Amino acid sequence: MNRVAAAPPKASFAGRAVTVLSAVGRMDGVMLVAVAALSVIGALLVWSSTRTWASGSTGLVKKHILNLAIGAVLAGVAATVNYRTLRAYAPLAYGLTLVGLFLVITPLGETVNGAHSWIMLGGGFAFQPSEFAKLGLVLMLAMLLARPAKGTDRPRAPDVGIALVIAAFTMGLVMLQPDLGTTMVIGVITVGALVVAGVRKRWIAALFLAVIGGAVAVWFMDVLEPYQIARFTAFLNPASDPRGAGYNSTQALIAVGSGQVFGKGLFEGGQTTGRFVPEQHTDFIFTVVGEEFGFLGSVTVVALLGTILVRGTRIARECDDRFGTLAAGTIVCWLAFQAFINIGMTVGIMPITGLPLPFVSYGGTATFANMIAIGLLQAIHMREKRF
Amino acid sequence: MSRMRGRLVVLQVLVVSLMTLLAVRLWQVQVVRGPEYVAAATETRTRDVVVPAVRGQILDSAGRPLVRNRTTLVVSVDRTRLNRMAGNGRAVLDRLAAVLGHRPAELRERIRACGPGVPRPCWPGSPYQPIPIDDDVTTREALQILERQEEFPGVTAEVQAVREYPGNSAGAQALGYLQPITQDELEKRDGLRAAFSGVDLVGRDGLESVYDVPLRGTPGMRRVQVDRLGKVIGVERHVPPVPGDTLITSIDAKVQAAAEKALAEAMKSAPKADGAAAVVLDARTSRVIALASAPTYDPAVWTGGISEAQYQRLLSGKSGKPLVSRAIKGEFAPGSTFKVSSVAAMLRDGYPLHGRYSCPGSFMVGDRPFNNFRGIGLGTLTLHTALVKSCDTIFYRAAYEQWLRDGGLHPKGRTKEPMAAMARAFGFGRPTGVDLPGESPGRIPDRAWKKQLWSVTKDGNCRRAKTGYPEVARSDPGRAAFLKRLAYENCLEGYQWRPGDAANFSIGQGDVLVTPLQLAAAYAALVSDGKLRSPRLGWALVRPDGTKVKEIEVPVVGRLPLSAEERAYIKGALSEVASDGTAAGAFSGFPMDEVKVGGKTGTAEVYGKADTSWFASFAPTDKPRFVIVAMVSQGGMGGQTAAPAVRKIYEAIYGFTPDGKRTTPILPGGRPAAEPPVIERDGTVAR
Repeated sequence: MNRVAAAPPKASFAGRAVTVLSAVGRMDGVMLVAVAALSVIGALLVWSSTRTWASGSTGLVKKHILNLAIGAVLAGVAATVNYRTLRAYAPLAYGLTLVGLFLVITPLGETVNGAHSWIMLGGGFAFQPSEFAKLGLVLMLAMLLARPAKGTDRPRAPDVGIALVIAAFTMGLVMLQPDLGTTMVIGVITVGALVVAGVRKRWIAALFLAVIGGAVAVWFMDVLEPYQIARFTAFLNPASDPRGAGYNSTQALIAVGSGQVFGKGLFEGGQTTGRFVPEQHTDFIFTVVGEEFGFLGSVTVVALLGTILVRGTRIARECDDRFGTLAAGTIVCWLAFQAFINIGMTVGIMPITGLPLPFVSYGGTATFANMIAIGLLQAIHMREKRF
Repeated sequence: MSRMRGRLVVLQVLVVSLMTLLAVRLWQVQVVRGPEYVAAATETRTRDVVVPAVRGQILDSAGRPLVRNRTTLVVSVDRTRLNRMAGNGRAVLDRLAAVLGHRPAELRERIRACGPGVPRPCWPGSPYQPIPIDDDVTTREALQILERQEEFPGVTAEVQAVREYPGNSAGAQALGYLQPITQDELEKRDGLRAAFSGVDLVGRDGLESVYDVPLRGTPGMRRVQVDRLGKVIGVERHVPPVPGDTLITSIDAKVQAAAEKALAEAMKSAPKADGAAAVVLDARTSRVIALASAPTYDPAVWTGGISEAQYQRLLSGKSGKPLVSRAIKGEFAPGSTFKVSSVAAMLRDGYPLHGRYSCPGSFMVGDRPFNNFRGIGLGTLTLHTALVKSCDTIFYRAAYEQWLRDGGLHPKGRTKEPMAAMARAFGFGRPTGVDLPGESPGRIPDRAWKKQLWSVTKDGNCRRAKTGYPEVARSDPGRAAFLKRLAYENCLEGYQWRPGDAANFSIGQGDVLVTPLQLAAAYAALVSDGKLRSPRLGWALVRPDGTKVKEIEVPVVGRLPLSAEERAYIKGALSEVASDGTAAGAFSGFPMDEVKVGGKTGTAEVYGKADTSWFASFAPTDKPRFVIVAMVSQGGMGGQTAAPAVRKIYEAIYGFTPDGKRTTPILPGGRPAAEPPVIERDGTVAR
């Protein structure tokens, strides 16, 4: 394997530029187009859902576009980084996200919408360390599980143990906030990493049993907040409390369903204008897609997300490096889960959990994290065959 | 690496399936069930707000308002919204109470739902309707509420029309009142169920109730777009309301006031009097010119919710049940005023019109003597004099003879019962059909009625015949013994129409009951054209711009079975009563040469109470234009209490002072209004 093929000539600025350009040429264009399309759609929807707000009708959408721009830059940086360098720095990256998670539990943390998961940066900017924790964990698990046991292509048992401990630790910190959605994402990242890494099916089955047992234990040990239990109950039977916990899912369904085939048109959604669905620019942004762009628009968004995920899986498959494959596969698991849960909850097939829709929802930290993830996928793609 | 790739294939399949699952579900939600959600969206996104139509006015026969509208600022509270707040919106109510200057507890009482065991004030209407808290707030108070909506969620202040009564208590029972619509009524009215308004009042009594639909008009509708918090963000559709029609009545506000004043004075003059009624009819048309009942009340107490104390006062016997219109709901024995019917029955039964009849002081009806008033014999009389002097024994004899002809205690085959049949022909024993709710039918007892009563009361009487009346015996052993004997008799032969029953019937006593309005309608038929009419208060319905919707006809419901000569004879006899007969005292000094008043007094005995005082009259005697009936319960003799009250009403109508001098008449020329007033396009009255 040629390990230095992509190494740039050191002194020449022009040479460096050529390298970057050729790197861009080797990027997965389809995925980038899909991400760009989703970002544009997202910006329009954020605008639509916030334009009637009393304070600053365009303030939020401007901020969102700024976030997207920053995210694009971050993705570009991530894409140009040699991801194997990242492997070396993975523990550091993970450590930094842990520090963030710790800061949240200190008095620096702020509570928004029931989740104590924010750190205020001043100037109207806030930061949600748990979003970066997903990224940090992906890298950390990929690093740990990439090294196979001697003579096999499975991870070493001690590494799996360490991975589980790290995942449990991260999960515990997130649960302290409490942020059920992110906790679940971290669980999915962990399971995804283990599965992709080739851990024995037996172990995975045991892990599943443990997770189910844990969930049952959590349910009966009163660890969950009442509103979280109410959400699950409402999911199982939305009609039980249509004004209370079932309100969100009922209203979300009404908004999406009333869009019918062609939608009511951008800015024409009465349910959106009337703000019947809460958190319409963040967690419930898909209801705006459904209402204003109809079935065609909704399916387009699903297809775009699917494209990104399928391309991501392809990147993982085509990568010759275990770390790259593992990181890419885990990122796909993460984004797939988050997209499915988010859309699923607006159409009544998943319980209500506070998770943003990747690339579409408003939210700075989440946008950055998702964009960096895309950047990593591109980095893996560009270097997949050039070891 | 191959193991990882294999697992990635699984992941890819999983990802594709999940996305496909979402697409399928979206198809189901948006395409298959889309229309259903569109309907649900419209329901959540819009609110239909009823724009109440301005309720029509009620005018008198000269176009003067009896009931009109006044606009006020009304503060209402939406209880469903309060109930969604912490502590059921207690904090909001407390703030509201402070602004309006009420006690917070009072506001909480006013918005609780009425129900068994809930004292007033309470809310009798729909729980989804905004509840009016204060219907006369100042602009400043309203602005305080409207400008700080965040402090007063669920509280609104709107300009609304409320009822106003320029005549205060005049005609209160006839006009009726408005109350919030109840949940039951709301559900019966299709189309309004989902759309409610805080001023959805319905007429509960009187004209407001009978003419509720035309008076109410058609409410408009505004479909507004609301946001999640119920804040209006736009109007989708607007259907303007159609204001209610104006009801023109034949009531004359001034005659009505005069009648009520006369009743009040009559009540004062008779110490035991506990209620009174007066009816003034247009003799020719049977249109009601005044319909008074005492005691009365000011219907303004209903406006904006009635308090418990006020409501109890209206219902209580102590205050004389002022809600009840004694003119149409009061059933009283008519006494001698009833003799017009008995005379007619005698004529139809073959007694000669110009015959002479002996009027002894006492007449043996079976084995029991029935006496004239004060037991005075008047010699041999014509029927004319019998009416003027109010002889009883002539009627006792006729009734007894008719009773014997019908077979006495043991009738065989069909009985004629001429007096009961004639009473029915005069319209007694059934409601007149006047355009007012809750009219009483009165009672014309006959053999069949007695039998039916017996079958109902038999068991009780037979038990009492055995047990006696120990509770009465403690205080009055004599009466207890009498009651026991009576119960025994009624148990055995209570079904029998006894001679005494027939005799009492003939002079309007015993079980005969009539309402003042029935008597007035009967007299109107007698002194006009012999046609019995169903009196009407409503005369015409016109739109607010004056277009006539319809004129309300007075239906003829019967014809007296008397020839014109017979009617003229009876009328002639009655014409002497006020000048030479039993009402002569009451009318002494009345300028009979200018307006001759005819009529008949009645003094009905009521067990355990003072007599019911009646005077049924008409004027002028040659071509009667007015029929006036006055009744004073426990008022004493007819000539003493009721007749003076009637005299005062005539004095007011014709413009006489008590000593017979001329003054300004209420109805110039002594004629009731011939046509309903004409309303101009701008709503003013033409004449």
